[in-house]
Amino acid sequence: MSEFTSSPHAESTSTDDSATPTAITGASILLDHVTKRFPGQTRPAVDGLTMEIPAGKIVMFVGPSGCGKTTTLKMINRLIEPSEGRIVVDGDDVTDMNSDTLRRGIGYVIQAGGLFPHMTVATNIGIVPKMLGWDKARIAARVDELLELVSLDPALYRDRYPKELSGGQQQRVGVARALAADPPILLMDEPFGAVDPITRLRLQDELINIQEELQKTIVCVTHDFDEAVKLGDWIAIFNEGAQLEQYDTPERILGDPANEFVENFIGSGAGLKQLTLTRVADVGLRAAVVGNPGERAADVLARVVEAGHGHAVIIDERRRPLQRLSRRELGRLQVISDIPDPKLPVVGIRATLNDALDTMLVSSAGAALVTGRRDMFKGVVDVQTVMDAITRSQAAAGLDSDQAPVGLNTGLFQAQASAAGSDPSEIEGSGDGAGAVQ
Amino acid sequence: MWDFLSDQYEQILFSSWQHFSLVVQCLILATVIAVVLAALVYRNSALTGIANSVSAIGLTIPSFAFIGLLIAPLGFGVVPAVIVVAFFATLPILRNAVVGLSGISPSIVESARGIGMSRFRTLVQVELPMAWPIILTGIRVSAQMVMGVAAIAAYSLGPGLGGFIFSGLARLGGAKSLESVLTGVIGVVVLALILDLLLVGLGRLTTPRGIRV
Repeated sequence: MSEFTSSPHAESTSTDDSATPTAITGASILLDHVTKRFPGQTRPAVDGLTMEIPAGKIVMFVGPSGCGKTTTLKMINRLIEPSEGRIVVDGDDVTDMNSDTLRRGIGYVIQAGGLFPHMTVATNIGIVPKMLGWDKARIAARVDELLELVSLDPALYRDRYPKELSGGQQQRVGVARALAADPPILLMDEPFGAVDPITRLRLQDELINIQEELQKTIVCVTHDFDEAVKLGDWIAIFNEGAQLEQYDTPERILGDPANEFVENFIGSGAGLKQLTLTRVADVGLRAAVVGNPGERAADVLARVVEAGHGHAVIIDERRRPLQRLSRRELGRLQVISDIPDPKLPVVGIRATLNDALDTMLVSSAGAALVTGRRDMFKGVVDVQTVMDAITRSQAAAGLDSDQAPVGLNTGLFQAQASAAGSDPSEIEGSGDGAGAVQ
Repeated sequence: MWDFLSDQYEQILFSSWQHFSLVVQCLILATVIAVVLAALVYRNSALTGIANSVSAIGLTIPSFAFIGLLIAPLGFGVVPAVIVVAFFATLPILRNAVVGLSGISPSIVESARGIGMSRFRTLVQVELPMAWPIILTGIRVSAQMVMGVAAIAAYSLGPGLGGFIFSGLARLGGAKSLESVLTGVIGVVVLALILDLLLVGLGRLTTPRGIRV
């Protein structure tokens, strides 16, 4: 998927932090003929699953509830011990290593963050480094660094308790805690299931930004196919018994579903779902007139008029957008205030056109402000741009299913005798799939 | 009454201190026993049921009979007093500790295990601190209850204010007998109030802001 591996658009639009090296820090994972049988159940929850998860990529597990996707995820850090098979991380067989040691090297995020209510944000985040024996100063520095990374002001949030945070903030801290010891792998179990839709979009955007910076291997379970399309480099669609129905890029799954099950799972809106494949970064941002708090409103208004724009964007000292003011609002003001507008229509640069449209509709604004890494303002995307892009992508949707890069199945699904109804074509396609992953 | 108090001033203070000390030490012992027992049983529903039954039935045993029965094998003195007071103190704490530990959301425990905390570390760093306010409530209930039980300990010639009550009751109608009983009873009530205040203060100091109600 070209948008992730080489991202010319994102680089050209980023203003100041493009120098940050983005080396892959993730590790590859191999599930080798993994089976899980729970006592008292006749059918295994996971049946002979072989699956390769490439380093530095986001792999999304989707499927109907009870299909074994969460069980599969939890076998990677051995919260659930596999009954049979091997788990290989970065070439090392970890099936028999001490499970606590293993888990300290793998980040784990659950729904609503799973924060410990009796510990402050800083203690929560510092808990894994503390177990690993880091000294206090190093932990404190790391905590601040991570809070910055997840867009929370350390001075403000360090000493708060989880109950003093909103759901979205708790989830951010949960991600920060999982990243604390810089693990190569991040496992996420329905991470954004407990937050409202708008917050979810922002958290997804942030995860994409963080991933761009860190290049971890992320395995994420979700029941939301749109989320899988948006976040995933690869999507694994599971059927009961963790049978892998299709393991491919979002483009290929949408454009070329492997079988009827996948087709039904995607739903009838597959054509429109192509929209979720187009990122805000790909449609071209418009520049905006920017102002800072404390400036005289008349000065900003003059610049707006000069540029022929209708609005000005007010950003703080770290280039995070605070307000979007129309000419009329600027005319009424004396001095620009520094109070953030909670209803500001903001989307991340890696957000999809669907998200951008959603955001605009919810805030009833004709445009959305686009932010990059660490919420820094990048530009504006408006309804017309989005509509044009939609028209173009719909026209192109019929043609480009072969254009998708690295479009091979990386899964090696080994059909077991007991796994009823497996499609032989998957096994056939899996041979060259393994070669696609280095 | 005042004469009695001023005459017996030193004896009353000494006995009060002994009484208080007996109760506090037994409470500490009981808390340790109760928390260890609770930690052993709370993850098993059958054992949890047994623990809850024991703590309910145990409270119905008359303390006077219990201490009387213990005198035969253990003799008079401090030992039977400590056993009886600690036994009764354990029961409410055990019940609350089991309730507190099993009330913790499984997702919190899973996330603790998921980030690499061992079973024991999860218990010590996550589950017990989170259950602590409930355990402390149990300790407060215990403290009130065993203040009275400790007075009975005087029957086995144990330490404490019970001595004033028993000696007063034994010669009721005699000189200063009523004063003696009243001194014991009021002393116990005052000590109970003081201890409860201290425990409330302890709760304030030891409950993190994040789980304060």
